[in-house]
Amino acid sequence: MSSSVAQLLPVLAAAEGGLNWHGFFFLLFALLACCLAVAVVLADNVVRMAFYLVLSLGATAGLFFLAGAEFVGAMQLMIYVGGTLVLLIFGVMLTAQEPFVSIKTPVRDKVLAGLVGGALLAVLIQAALSGPAWSGSAAEGGGGVALAAGQPSATPLGMALVGIRVDGDVASGEKSPEDGQVRSGYLLPFEIVSVHLLVVLVGAAYLARSKRRKSSGGQGADLSTGGMR
Amino acid sequence: MAEYLIQTVGLPGWLTWSLLAVLSAVLILNLMAGGALVFIWAERKVSARIQDRLGPTRTGGSFGWLQSLADGIKLLAKEDLMPEGADGMLFRVAPYVSFCASFAAFIGLPFAFDMVGLRLNVGVFYVVAVLGLEVFGVILAGYASASKWSLFGAMREAAQVVSYEVPLGMCIVVPVMLAGTMDLVTIAEKQAGWFTNWYLFHDPFTFVVFWVYVTCAVASVNRAPFDLAEAESELVAGFHTEYSGLRWSFFFMAEYSSMFLVSGLAAVLFLGGWNGPVPIATLLGLSDGTGESTGAIVRLLGLANLLGKATLGVLIMMWIRWTLPRLRIDQVMTTCLKYCTPIAAVMFAGAMTWLWVFPGGVLNLDDGSRRPGEIREGWLEGPGGRSTAVSDAPVDDAPALAEIAEVSK
Amino acid sequence: MNLLSDPVGVSHYLIVGAILFTTGIVCMVVKRNALGVLMGIELVLNGANVNFVAFGSPVLRGEQASILGLDGQLMALFVILLAAAEAAVALAITLNFYNNHATVDVDRADDLKG
Repeated sequence: MSSSVAQLLPVLAAAEGGLNWHGFFFLLFALLACCLAVAVVLADNVVRMAFYLVLSLGATAGLFFLAGAEFVGAMQLMIYVGGTLVLLIFGVMLTAQEPFVSIKTPVRDKVLAGLVGGALLAVLIQAALSGPAWSGSAAEGGGGVALAAGQPSATPLGMALVGIRVDGDVASGEKSPEDGQVRSGYLLPFEIVSVHLLVVLVGAAYLARSKRRKSSGGQGADLSTGGMR
Repeated sequence: MAEYLIQTVGLPGWLTWSLLAVLSAVLILNLMAGGALVFIWAERKVSARIQDRLGPTRTGGSFGWLQSLADGIKLLAKEDLMPEGADGMLFRVAPYVSFCASFAAFIGLPFAFDMVGLRLNVGVFYVVAVLGLEVFGVILAGYASASKWSLFGAMREAAQVVSYEVPLGMCIVVPVMLAGTMDLVTIAEKQAGWFTNWYLFHDPFTFVVFWVYVTCAVASVNRAPFDLAEAESELVAGFHTEYSGLRWSFFFMAEYSSMFLVSGLAAVLFLGGWNGPVPIATLLGLSDGTGESTGAIVRLLGLANLLGKATLGVLIMMWIRWTLPRLRIDQVMTTCLKYCTPIAAVMFAGAMTWLWVFPGGVLNLDDGSRRPGEIREGWLEGPGGRSTAVSDAPVDDAPALAEIAEVSK
Repeated sequence: MNLLSDPVGVSHYLIVGAILFTTGIVCMVVKRNALGVLMGIELVLNGANVNFVAFGSPVLRGEQASILGLDGQLMALFVILLAAAEAAVALAITLNFYNNHATVDVDRADDLKG
């Protein structure tokens, strides 16, 4: 079975002739992410769009796990699911009435957008293929999915967010063991983002409060804060 | 085990990994399905005893052992209905979304040392994130059913679960902070030894946090008194009003397995994971207490420990369900936003202060031996000489110092 | 290079990112539903994230990853956070729009047209 699959799609073939699970899962998640993203565009019903979007984002989280960025993958699952969940709820609340379930776009616009999008895609893919250093992989082609192969990613990320870079720190003058560079931590952006989130929390609650009836302002604010976390 | 198969049996690498993956998946799936059968039977018996009844007594012997199986067969034979105005695709897919979410969360839960579907560096974060996906299936079901009851149930569930994730996350951060890692295996390993090492008894703040976690966990898996999504006295059956047959039972399997999952997570985070209250294995000399050199017997013991703790958690949830009345939706939100979240935040700050004031702990009956988790994460110098070049920082100092030592690695 | 014969590398991820980005742009342009436009934005940000993670991934780039270090993953984290914040504000705006116009069709937002 495996050899025929490998002949069909050589990206799946491992060095030793078996099935390359890393390639297999990459292909699976990539296809899922792309097809569902296209489905988001093609669908008219807003709830279905949100459903496809969540699945596409989930598949992308799978891609992050495969790339060794476990923390980012988990973050994507947690925040995007929370955020998109809220999107879905709003979609239901605002558009569940019959005339809004599907707002149609003229076919002419769709064709035009498809042409422009196709051209953009061609340029981007050309760019993606043009870097010779970007091809090839460090992942071992052997049996296991190279998931655990990377270093534990959460601790260095957390340290970087509080301002200490494990891979070469500019504050202490430590140089990275690999390339002798120093890098700056992310304490300031981290603080800015936290203040930004607070501002957004207040702003969203203010914007979403109902101006007609005083009593029903709470629900929208609750939901929108839940999505940000 | 992978090395054994590759080297001794001589299987090619990819086949070994595939076999192991299928094996883990089948084990977890059976745990979920079998667990649901057992728990549904247990729920009937527990509820009956609480209400001074007998519960199932005939099917399969005098205790009604086979009642859930009979129920399953009945569900299989039921007609698969779909309302006329329903959104067909979403209606069909929703139960599987719920089920897959709680199945995927099991991948990260360790059952004993090395008995974990996939050991993730961000284990606890992953489990919570994936478990949060379960609500998605419920909302889809509520929307797609084209029924007012279902939509109300789904909306309530969405508001409730999204809100309760905030205090739940804060509670989970406390043991993560104590352990200094998000790896569930390491968190459990660090509580090895006597039960005084459990994070439940680490300090007064963690003790409170545990109960807040229990409240939020019950709410986040939609069990009474927080089962607003399916409040049968108000909403017929809530989000699954329109479901029947096997699809309906998928929702229930998801519910029972996520109950089991949050109980297992509580066991790992606060109750020592697979480490029993008394380190029997160490006392008997089967293990050296570090968990690294454990034989099959010790692992089975650990498995029994964890399953026992998780089952106890599920039984407590049943007890709560059948003795407390349901809250109103505003009371549910009040509990979350006005009580659980502030308490969790204060306890988080308190636990942090405690860690700063008593870095070694107060009730520390531990002999100060180095736990394998700390060695593996590179905080401490390992016995096998994984040279981590720890500077002169004292061993039992806060993890942050050792982290900085890792910087210089 | 042949995409189907090479082992999975950064290029593969870049192509996935490109597809997500393009579909997001098309979604933003085509949809008349304000929520659809929002979903397009999410897709665009997601495509950018795929690129960040791919460039910073030690699994994909091996030794070359040390050029970026953790920067790729950190950027992706910040993008996710800001995307969530953006979604919250945009939803609040949409809700306001709905309150004022009783629709979520963005083509109807033409009050300022002379």
